[in-house]
Amino acid sequence: GPVCSVLSDNMGLLSDPNRRQALISLLTRLNAPICVVCYMAGVAWFMGLAFEPFTLRTYMSENAMGSTMVEERFPAGERALATGREFAAHKKKAGGMPVDWLVKTMQARGLEVFTQRFSRTLPFPDENKERYMVKGTNVYGILRAPRAPRTEALVLTAPCSPGDNNQAVGLLLGLAQYFRNQIYWAKDIIFLVNEHDLIGMQAWLEGYHHTNTTGMDWSPLQGRGGSIQAALSLELSSDVITSLDLVLEGLNGQLPNLDLANLFYAFCQKIGVLCTIQGKLQRNDWDSVAGYSHSVQTMMLMVMKQASGRPWGDHGLFLRYHIEAATIKGINSFRQYKTDATTIGRLLEGMYRKLNNLLERLHQSYFFYLMPSLSHFVSIGYYMPAFGLLAVILLLRALDLWVQLVTPPPRTEDGIVDAEQVSSPGVLSVLTPLVISHLTGVALYTLPIQFQEMAVEHFPVSETEAVVLTAIAVYTAGLALPHNTHR
Amino acid sequence: MKILTLLSLFSTFLTTNSNTIEDNVGQFFSSGHTNNWAVLVCTSRFWFNYRHVANTLSVYRSVKRLGIPDSHIVLMLADDMACNHRNPKPATVFSHKNMELNVYGDDVEVDYRGYEVTVENFLRVLTGRLPPSTPRSKRLLSDDRSNILIYLTGHGGNGFLKFQDSEEISNVELADAFEQMWQKRRYNELLFIIDTCQGASMYERFYSPNLMALASSQVGEDSLSHQPDLAIGVHLMDRYTFYLLEFLEDIHPASKTNMNDLFKVCPKSQCVSTPGHRTDLFLRDPGSVLITDFFGSVRKVELTMETINLTDPIKEVEQSAVNGELQKETYSYVDQLPVSEIIHQKPKQKDWHPPDGFILGLWTLILLVFFKTYGVKHLKHIF
Repeated sequence: GPVCSVLSDNMGLLSDPNRRQALISLLTRLNAPICVVCYMAGVAWFMGLAFEPFTLRTYMSENAMGSTMVEERFPAGERALATGREFAAHKKKAGGMPVDWLVKTMQARGLEVFTQRFSRTLPFPDENKERYMVKGTNVYGILRAPRAPRTEALVLTAPCSPGDNNQAVGLLLGLAQYFRNQIYWAKDIIFLVNEHDLIGMQAWLEGYHHTNTTGMDWSPLQGRGGSIQAALSLELSSDVITSLDLVLEGLNGQLPNLDLANLFYAFCQKIGVLCTIQGKLQRNDWDSVAGYSHSVQTMMLMVMKQASGRPWGDHGLFLRYHIEAATIKGINSFRQYKTDATTIGRLLEGMYRKLNNLLERLHQSYFFYLMPSLSHFVSIGYYMPAFGLLAVILLLRALDLWVQLVTPPPRTEDGIVDAEQVSSPGVLSVLTPLVISHLTGVALYTLPIQFQEMAVEHFPVSETEAVVLTAIAVYTAGLALPHNTHR
Repeated sequence: MKILTLLSLFSTFLTTNSNTIEDNVGQFFSSGHTNNWAVLVCTSRFWFNYRHVANTLSVYRSVKRLGIPDSHIVLMLADDMACNHRNPKPATVFSHKNMELNVYGDDVEVDYRGYEVTVENFLRVLTGRLPPSTPRSKRLLSDDRSNILIYLTGHGGNGFLKFQDSEEISNVELADAFEQMWQKRRYNELLFIIDTCQGASMYERFYSPNLMALASSQVGEDSLSHQPDLAIGVHLMDRYTFYLLEFLEDIHPASKTNMNDLFKVCPKSQCVSTPGHRTDLFLRDPGSVLITDFFGSVRKVELTMETINLTDPIKEVEQSAVNGELQKETYSYVDQLPVSEIIHQKPKQKDWHPPDGFILGLWTLILLVFFKTYGVKHLKHIF
């Protein structure tokens, strides 16, 4: 009577059977439209993030770094370029890394110099030289802080690539000489020149932190600074630079703390150097279509670079050790406005002076963000809802399927109840696909590498092709399984 | 005839002169203090708080220059900026850019350094409750005739001051500490200056007599820093203390500048924040309080050719009443401010009495209920 209806009115939305039924029927009826709406909302939200009013201006979060109020006095840009040319000559003579010359030059600048040998067996042969074993030497010099205990360090690195990075090494050595004459360093500064780019960098980092994740062979490091607070990698390939590009994406899509990008941008503005991100220069016309698409492209490039998982500069390997690092690339795009090496040296000097003031690791700003331009950013709190909306679609579809499985079959039209019992499926019919899918997974995981050698022997394919073809072969075999084509 | 007038003039001249001599001597002790102390505290550490150490050292420098010796200054610095690894000019702390003025000098004596600057140590210094092994340089050995200058700087907020990034002192604790000092006869008059954000909140709760307070900003305002030095890479001073230092550089031991000029230091146009002050607990008129009463240690010297009769008790100069107001009595320790005035700064609430008609109505109600239950005929017994 009246008591029951009172009870049902007071029950919650999900515990009241009538209301629940109504909700479920709504869900099943409107499932497709809701999913479409969610999908479009998610995509629109994500695209809207690049629109400038929806982004935030970057700002320095770390109190210790403050504003850019230092006076940079680095004078020796031309001498740095001359050193770079000397390095190029010695590199050509040595046919690789001129270890002895580097050791001698760094020692002449008053650093404590050490070398590290490493070697690595590659799974596939090197493209250029068709060999499996890569051997190299890293050379690094430590500038000890004159008055501080050796507990913290900063790293400046320039890869010695067979291509053209001589100016960066020259600038590194010039900065080393200038930094050596200053007394205000509170952290050790390590100047590293690594061979074979990522392989050498990984060997150095593993040696420094006494970890061995890749199974590489390296000689232990004789000299060490304290724990590394921040690192910058330099890539300069021409004497004349028109803009500096900041590369943030690291291994597995990891990003350094946003404060490092903020620091770079702040000094770009102070010194007046053109700075780009993703190789794109910032535009002022955010309310025009062209400006908006420029921001979208920048942001999507960042997303894709992160998605690829590979580090886009030598800095990418530092991030795993919780060391904030970024790569600065000098680009010569033949503009009218040129920057000389002294200005770039001053920018780096200012950045290092500010990093010197740090008392803790960079942690005040965001670790997950997207940058539609160098002066604006979108934090994870703003771009995650877009993915949340896309994930809601999966949840809705799953609920829909579950509801369909749970509700009994509808009555037939002429009122005869379907008396047949739906037979419960036998254990064997459930277990077999399960076992087969697991076996297929194991096959895909282990066979390509194991059969690679055999494939290369018997088939005229290269090693990389062999891996891919083995995987495709496993898929094709799976198609032949009876259960896959049954029903 | 002429000699007579001359003699009479001469005698009146003598008498007036002797009157002025007695008045002058009476003025010697108008302020009531015989020694000066200073407690200067910087509560922040880390390199980017360089300016707080520079603030404190510049007040230290002024106070020493005006005569207070190191034995009477308790200097508490929470961090060592001069020997910080990041200081490009070691052993210096500059207050003006381009390294014009090194306030560190070579005769700085820091009494509490580094991690010794805590709330507990600060309150113990003020109240005198230090363990017996504390050296004399770390004690505030003031008495009831001491004028004390207390200067605090650092990071603060509404009602608190942060010590060393790990603890805070609240304005209530500070007011209670000053009350303890008053009850233990540890000061004659006390000048409290604070240069932090929302500094005025720190003196809101004072209730002990003879306190004058100045702050660099009101509640809700931030105190701003002055100028960075590009070679050192940090802000060197806070605005309020920078202009306070400029003001103090013009003070010399014999200057007659009074507190009203100090209140005008750093107006809003220079400081951006609004400095505030509080004088209601101070029993002298601020216009008659000299800067050197607190910032310096002045030994008054006067030369006179007259003989002065010191056997009569020296009457203190009566302060002329301003606008015909009653002059405040100066209290000695025995006759403190009445307790009610100390504790209840707001007008005391009278006890609440219910309105008079209420009692009448209540009794009427009781009677009516009585007669309703027991019958009306009893009513005629009343009337």
